[in-house]
Amino acid sequence: MGRERMKIQRPLEARKASPLVVSLSAVFLGIVAGCVFILCIGKNPFVGFERILFGALSNVRRIGNTLGMSTQLILIGLSVAFAFKTGLFNIGASGQMLMGGITGSILAYYLPLDMPRVIYLPIIIVASMAAGAVWGFISGFLKAKFNVHEVVSTIMLNWTAYWIVYDFIPRFIIDPTISVKSKPIDTVHTLRADWLTDLTQFSTLNYGFILAIIMCVVVWFILQKTTLGFNLKAVGSNRFCAEYAGIKVNRSIMISMAIAGALASLAGLTYYCGYSNIMEMGKMPNEGFDGIAVALLGNCSPVGIFFSAIFFGILKMGRGSLAATGIPTEIADTIIATIIYFTATNVILASFWNNIFKSRFERSEEAARLAMAKHGDDTPIASLSRKRFKEYAKEGRAYLKEGKEVR
Amino acid sequence: MGFWSVITSIIPSAIAYTIPILMGALGGLYSERSGVTNLCIEGLMLFGVFSAAATIVKLQAIPGFSFVLAIVIGILVAMAASALLSLLHAFAAINLKANQVISGTAINMLSTAVTLFLAQTITGSGNITIVRGIIRQNVPVLSKIPVIGPLFFTSTYWTTWICLLIWGLSWFLLYKTSFGLRLRACGEHPSAVASAGVNVRKMRYIGVIASGLLSGIGGACILVTYAGEYNAGSGINGLGFLAIAALIFGQWKPLGILGSTFFFGLCMTIANMGKVFPIFQSIPTGYLGMFPYIATLIALIFSSRKSAAPLASGEPF
Repeated sequence: MGRERMKIQRPLEARKASPLVVSLSAVFLGIVAGCVFILCIGKNPFVGFERILFGALSNVRRIGNTLGMSTQLILIGLSVAFAFKTGLFNIGASGQMLMGGITGSILAYYLPLDMPRVIYLPIIIVASMAAGAVWGFISGFLKAKFNVHEVVSTIMLNWTAYWIVYDFIPRFIIDPTISVKSKPIDTVHTLRADWLTDLTQFSTLNYGFILAIIMCVVVWFILQKTTLGFNLKAVGSNRFCAEYAGIKVNRSIMISMAIAGALASLAGLTYYCGYSNIMEMGKMPNEGFDGIAVALLGNCSPVGIFFSAIFFGILKMGRGSLAATGIPTEIADTIIATIIYFTATNVILASFWNNIFKSRFERSEEAARLAMAKHGDDTPIASLSRKRFKEYAKEGRAYLKEGKEVR
Repeated sequence: MGFWSVITSIIPSAIAYTIPILMGALGGLYSERSGVTNLCIEGLMLFGVFSAAATIVKLQAIPGFSFVLAIVIGILVAMAASALLSLLHAFAAINLKANQVISGTAINMLSTAVTLFLAQTITGSGNITIVRGIIRQNVPVLSKIPVIGPLFFTSTYWTTWICLLIWGLSWFLLYKTSFGLRLRACGEHPSAVASAGVNVRKMRYIGVIASGLLSGIGGACILVTYAGEYNAGSGINGLGFLAIAALIFGQWKPLGILGSTFFFGLCMTIANMGKVFPIFQSIPTGYLGMFPYIATLIALIFSSRKSAAPLASGEPF
């Protein structure tokens, strides 16, 4: 017996603001704020943004570098989003990045150089993901068992990781000539690939970008198609309801933070063993915080994260070309921070658009009524199809216009 | 170096580290007690450091201008600047009903970026170093008292006493006045307060602005006491988050946070004084550096389970 899908027609009503519209509004407001800042120091904002686009996209190499920068942002965005779906706010991506980076760097330093890459690459990827997973798990464990707020614990773990790296660089991988940096990793032991490097004329683009795309698919699959993903999301939307339904809330919190940590540490691996190839003592990676912006702007969906990461990659890579204009490069960070501020207020942005849509709908409704009265059609508006409604509204508006002209 | 002399040099330094954290935590106390989760103490304090540094550098460059007056003006400017920044958080949290955790994070990032942006515009580098901070002084008479004198009244900063006074006044304001009762009630059960005819939004604005003012003082204290510079690279090393941890550890009570911030101040001293004391010299810098953060985590494990957080903190009204 074939299942017949009954088509339910939703009653016709005003459109609701989609997440895309809300995100684009936040981007718009962020860019406006950036323009205001540039104007405040007496520079031309259009020149500034032109330079940013030039610096990020003007040739193959620059595009490659932008994608290389976006790689980290995609992975961290995924990490933050994954935790967010379980109702957790992971602002410890910086620390998890450092843990992944230091694990990868130490292995790259000590594993033999003639090792086949097919074996070598999986080893460093798995090892650094494990390190980050442990780092994330600590926060999840503290949250689940001791009710320690994850925002505070992840920040504390960030600084702990910072000092661990500070200690490990001189201990294991120091560059004797520059005593505050690690020795650059040999290219065969990084994530860089000859064909990618050739294709983009020696940019920083590496296998990490492909890993990031794979991870987008994996995260989408876990969240949308598996029981685990369903459980995690259930905990995120209502902890108590999920508990009542028999979902192990504490276990979900720990798993979610561990996966988030693994994703962020993969970002650290691509950053320190693919993008920059060295680690510095006493440097907290900013990308951990940018990832929050990526996740929020991308509405925590893998596709959204991919595109918003590329957008932030353009901002972060393109700012290097600002030097000649006299605009401080921090303008990019200012814009990113402003965008987060506005995405935090998404309720207001959404209701702003909803009001616009609603008043537009009401005007069309009035016009459509007029047209329907002329045609003698007395179906209620709510059960009209959108196409039919639009036709009536158009006709009605024409009548209204005529009426005005006559008057 | 004897044990006693180690103690007498650790304690004054611990007090110096305690005061900024105490101010940050007290700011957080006002905000959270009024019902607004405030994770942007870090950003507010950093903004205080920056604006005090910029002001003091400009004033101290004027020949013949009193150094002390420059510092006083610097602290006041820091308070005003941080209060302005906190208004952004208040507006998002109270009027726009934003997610307060995200809004706080945005303020932190905004503060880091804007201060660096302005520092680049003003000095052309990421650092602003002031000519002279506050000179440590012994308190007359009191520093002669045995035991207590050398521990608490020798080589102190005058800001320490002002901050402790603010702490005392805050305790009085929050627990002994009707205003304090209303503010605390806004964080527990805002609709009950509203039905009694109190303007909850106004109270919450006051709470958040107070956190801005106090974090501003805290930031300025970091600058004029032990740091002496605004450094974009390290910011304030997560001190604002230590303040939030101290708030949780101190169970959202003034006396509690005084104790917990002193504990963190002591940890910070141990982390930073490793090079000075021979007993710590064998421990690598990295281990000492991570000590306060690990101590915080352990402290949180013991204090977070039965949380005394204000019930309505983080809930828009």
